[in-house]
Amino acid sequence: MLRVEDLSISFGGLAALSGFSVEVAAREIVALIGPNGAGKSTVFNIVTGLERPASGRVTFLGRDLLAMGPHAIARCGIARTFQNTEVFRQLTVLDNVLIGCHAHLRAGALRGALGLPAVLREEGAARATARALLARLGLEGQAGVEARSLPLGLQKRLELARALAAEPRLLLLDEPAGGLNPTETQALMGLIVRLRDERGLTILLVEHDMELVMGVSDRVAVLNYGRKIAEGQPRAIAVEPAVVEAYLGREDD
Amino acid sequence: MRLLALAIGAAGLLLWPWAAPRYFVFLASLIVVNAIVAIGLNLLSGYTNQLSFGHAGFLAVGAYTAAIVATRSPGVPVVVALLAAALVTAAVGLLLGVPCLRLEGLYLAMATLAFGFVVVEAILNLDGLTRGNDGLRVPAARLGPWVLATDTARYYLVLAVGAVMVWAAGNLARTRTGRALLALRESEVAAQASGIHVARYKTLAFAISALYTGVAGGLFAFVVGFLSPDAFDVFLSVDFVAMIILGGLGSVPGSVAGAAVLTVLNDSLAGFQNYRPLIFGAILIASMLFMPGGIASAVRRLRTRWAGHPPMAPGSRRGLE
Repeated sequence: MLRVEDLSISFGGLAALSGFSVEVAAREIVALIGPNGAGKSTVFNIVTGLERPASGRVTFLGRDLLAMGPHAIARCGIARTFQNTEVFRQLTVLDNVLIGCHAHLRAGALRGALGLPAVLREEGAARATARALLARLGLEGQAGVEARSLPLGLQKRLELARALAAEPRLLLLDEPAGGLNPTETQALMGLIVRLRDERGLTILLVEHDMELVMGVSDRVAVLNYGRKIAEGQPRAIAVEPAVVEAYLGREDD
Repeated sequence: MRLLALAIGAAGLLLWPWAAPRYFVFLASLIVVNAIVAIGLNLLSGYTNQLSFGHAGFLAVGAYTAAIVATRSPGVPVVVALLAAALVTAAVGLLLGVPCLRLEGLYLAMATLAFGFVVVEAILNLDGLTRGNDGLRVPAARLGPWVLATDTARYYLVLAVGAVMVWAAGNLARTRTGRALLALRESEVAAQASGIHVARYKTLAFAISALYTGVAGGLFAFVVGFLSPDAFDVFLSVDFVAMIILGGLGSVPGSVAGAAVLTVLNDSLAGFQNYRPLIFGAILIASMLFMPGGIASAVRRLRTRWAGHPPMAPGSRRGLE
């Protein structure tokens, strides 16, 4: 479904990614792990069109993503969340989710301004969808609240609701468990698996929380200094010497 | 309750010419004209965070377009003149919006400021069309068999057009386009990730904002009856910015409120020309210090307080205040 091949990019002479490749099949949950600064978020930014690699290819369902702008990539069916949440802070929780529906609504400026019946019907349907998503994520009580007044954990959930409102086929989650307590992380794990099972979503995630990574992923790719040093089943990765070394350092004697 | 307030407000506006002296009917027309500009400017600056100090320029384009159309084709319905003003000004807005895509904040403010000066220079130089510094007399607006020659008739014209513009802006703000514009203000990265085309919506905001200001310009031409370039100086642009800051950025009712307060204030300070900037500045600073978010958010806060229990989640920061 998503095919990332041979990506290289450097910032200020420092190689953030060199020759990185990964593939994600439909309905698969793949985790990208690695120490801080290994280039995980850079992969997300390239896939979503925010950054342009020096070389490499990225295709999604056969379409070349590197030739598209970020909004066009989103419209292909790729939604994401952000490591440091990017909610629309001064807008209500409901509006945040409605903006997630943007690509599925038709009303242009003129038809919207005239308040045509078709626009009102579409708006009503979008609001119903958005409220259902909020209920699903336990945010129904906060629909009218400004997003900035939510605690971080709820902002992360709101971002997820916004991403789901776009009805994506591929969901990119950047550290979804960051800042969550163990109970919340458990709930998140259940949610991620259910999203795949019920909605047929494909999920690529970046995460530091090993319990979550081991619990939900079908496959794990490990990055270190911009290179993929290992890839495979979660159980096998956990004991891979190169991975242990990257995380814990080499045992010198 | 809401409907009742709306009905009382509408009745008040409709009966105004019978209750008020002639000059105040003219002033009310000016308020509505400024309110339309303020809404247009707010859609650009308040919604997408693109600050403009050039809206007097758009107002001039709309005013001169309507005046020239009405002069060149006598008897043309006022609706046609206003439509021409709207479309020409929107086109100018589009032309200005595209190169401004790469500019932000202060640089955008400078570019729009320059645009305002360019428009005034253009009016002075195109004197075959605009009569330059001599000024342009605007023929009375016509609507079918009627000639709108009195302040009252013009007031009703302005009020009707204003009502349509406010209604349309409210609809726009509540639906997909309005949300997309707000999303751009809040986070361009997240807006893009939701499929919003940043360049397209930023340019659209310029065009819509210009369209509103163009319509207001057309109305202005018929209300004052005489146009000269010095009426559209940079201070007018600053007044418009002041209106939306006082009224509330990102609020349609706020725009109207800000326009009303500052138009009346401007008029009552006419006798103190030298102190006007001082008083104006003081009011602006005070409103930014004590009423951030403008009249719109102050009203919202009052309403929440009166309602007793705020519609906020318990424990949210706003709820704890």
